[in-house]
Amino acid sequence: MTTTRPAVLTEGLRKRYGPNWALDGFDLAVPAGTVYGLLGPNGAGKTTAVRILATLLSFDAGRAEVAGLDVTRQAARVRGRIGLTGQYAAIDEILSGRQNLTLFGRLHHLAPRAARRRADELLEQFGLADAAGRSAGEYSGGMRRRLDLAASLIRTPEVLFLDEPTTGLDPRSRNRLWDAVRDLVRDGTTVLLTTQYLEEADQLADRISVVDSGRVVAEGTPNELKSKIGGDRVEVVLHDVAELDVAAGIVERVCATTPDRDPETRRLSAPVTDRVAALAEVMRALVDAGISVEDIGLRRPTLDEAFLHLTGGSRSTATDGSTGPSTRASTSGNEAERR
Amino acid sequence: MNTMVDSRTGAPVATGAEPAPTAATRLRWAVSDARAMTGRYMTHVVRAPEELILYFSLPIMFVLVFGYVFGSGMAVPGGGGYREFLLPGVFVMTMLYGLGATATGIATDVNKGVVDRFRSMPVSRSALLTGRSVADLLRALLEMSTLVVCGLLVGWQWRDGWADALLAVALILLLRVALTWLGIYLGLVVPNPETVSVIVFPLAFPLTALSNVFVAPELMPDWLGAISIWNPLSSTVAAARELFGNPGLGGDSFVARHPVLLAVAWPLLLIAVFAPLAVRRYRRLSR
Repeated sequence: MTTTRPAVLTEGLRKRYGPNWALDGFDLAVPAGTVYGLLGPNGAGKTTAVRILATLLSFDAGRAEVAGLDVTRQAARVRGRIGLTGQYAAIDEILSGRQNLTLFGRLHHLAPRAARRRADELLEQFGLADAAGRSAGEYSGGMRRRLDLAASLIRTPEVLFLDEPTTGLDPRSRNRLWDAVRDLVRDGTTVLLTTQYLEEADQLADRISVVDSGRVVAEGTPNELKSKIGGDRVEVVLHDVAELDVAAGIVERVCATTPDRDPETRRLSAPVTDRVAALAEVMRALVDAGISVEDIGLRRPTLDEAFLHLTGGSRSTATDGSTGPSTRASTSGNEAERR
Repeated sequence: MNTMVDSRTGAPVATGAEPAPTAATRLRWAVSDARAMTGRYMTHVVRAPEELILYFSLPIMFVLVFGYVFGSGMAVPGGGGYREFLLPGVFVMTMLYGLGATATGIATDVNKGVVDRFRSMPVSRSALLTGRSVADLLRALLEMSTLVVCGLLVGWQWRDGWADALLAVALILLLRVALTWLGIYLGLVVPNPETVSVIVFPLAFPLTALSNVFVAPELMPDWLGAISIWNPLSSTVAAARELFGNPGLGGDSFVARHPVLLAVAWPLLLIAVFAPLAVRRYRRLSR
């Protein structure tokens, strides 16, 4: 790589829908040849940003470049270098899988024979060869998404935008898609990925921007962000809510940070670094103080906590409001481990 | 700039690093893009013929119901068979109903996100709309061929030679092109494809009833007759009747005396209004 110019660059990007700013000073710099994750809840502005970068949407202020080209003034040239796979499969449901890819090949100005050959290659590569003649409308969700991704790769794009590519996919389809993305990056494509799943960003992205209310609230490698969020947490459920204050004081002393408290569920939680040692120490301190503990354990930070942490507690429920290891972020993590 | 490599073959792949295309290349691409889009819509007809069958069965039903059931009670000014009077009207009516298919097709594309894919690709901006209008013209040709055969079977014929008959067909197709642009505009305006049938069908029937398709305007009450005469559909129907040598022409208003002129003017006016509106609306998808 001879250049340090970012593959995607935005500065002070603003986009207004009626009275709301979907993007409100959105800054991004994606190094070429990397996978970059935009992580954030629904409505944070991730999709708006991707649509602007893919030349689908105009914006009100700021600057946006893809592959060194201005997305407004050089839109036609940008389109020759990007691929886009959105939340909903953007394919023709009446045409067969092969007809879809051949059509998109023709629209990429491949000669008819080259378009057919490329279609067959991609069908093979994405495991759709057996279904090549069937209408795309009859495909399963995972097959559609694969066809959609294949359609973005007719010409290997310089920058590939993946807007929540695995939302609604079963774990097997998701893993297949992740593998395809890794292959692409190995061949030199830059990938900008949006996701609501912490684990997906963790698995794929070299760097992550956390997006909230139309701007980037944190940026870094997954490891940097995790240490910001605080990594694993120790969680204590008390028997008696009256002991919450005393227990909070003990947890604070051991973990050297003020724990989050939820009187309704009699729950305390605090980030820890030296996992098991901290768990043992909290346990012993609580027992020594004669506090009755109903449940205690270590768990991964949920996406909720990540946002609470990174947005300074401005958002009470980032996703579905549930707590504990059953939130979506950690569920997808477990599935990833089973692979 | 790093070189892209084909993910399977390992061969280098052009990634758009080539210089900006010349005007001639862009024109060639615009034509090939529009051809690809036309091909796409024609493949729809082959793979999902239900829609076409619906649009075929409707006019045939009208020929049978009006031609045989009501037809015996229908009068044609100046004499002549009612079915011979009716057929040019049914041709035009079929063109009108076709705009429903146009609007539904465009609205479906926009809703399913496939238009987003086209717009994020280096595809000529005009390709989708041009492709659709060419495909609809081909469909209209198919519909006209079938209807002409049906017409001949029920006793309709053209009496003034091939040249006039072909001119009549050309005028009918010109109206179809105009209605296509109206349909494209409608398809871009409606919130979803389902809305199209709610708008088109309740409007299409009164529009044909208030024209000379089924009944000659001279036989209607004065004010209704006036509306019928000035209905753009009527001009094309009257021009077709004149050129086919079919009965039922009459009246001495300006419109009635110059049907061919108006059969050219009305569609051109519709195109002049709705083609720019549709293009503008298509561009505004990026807002």
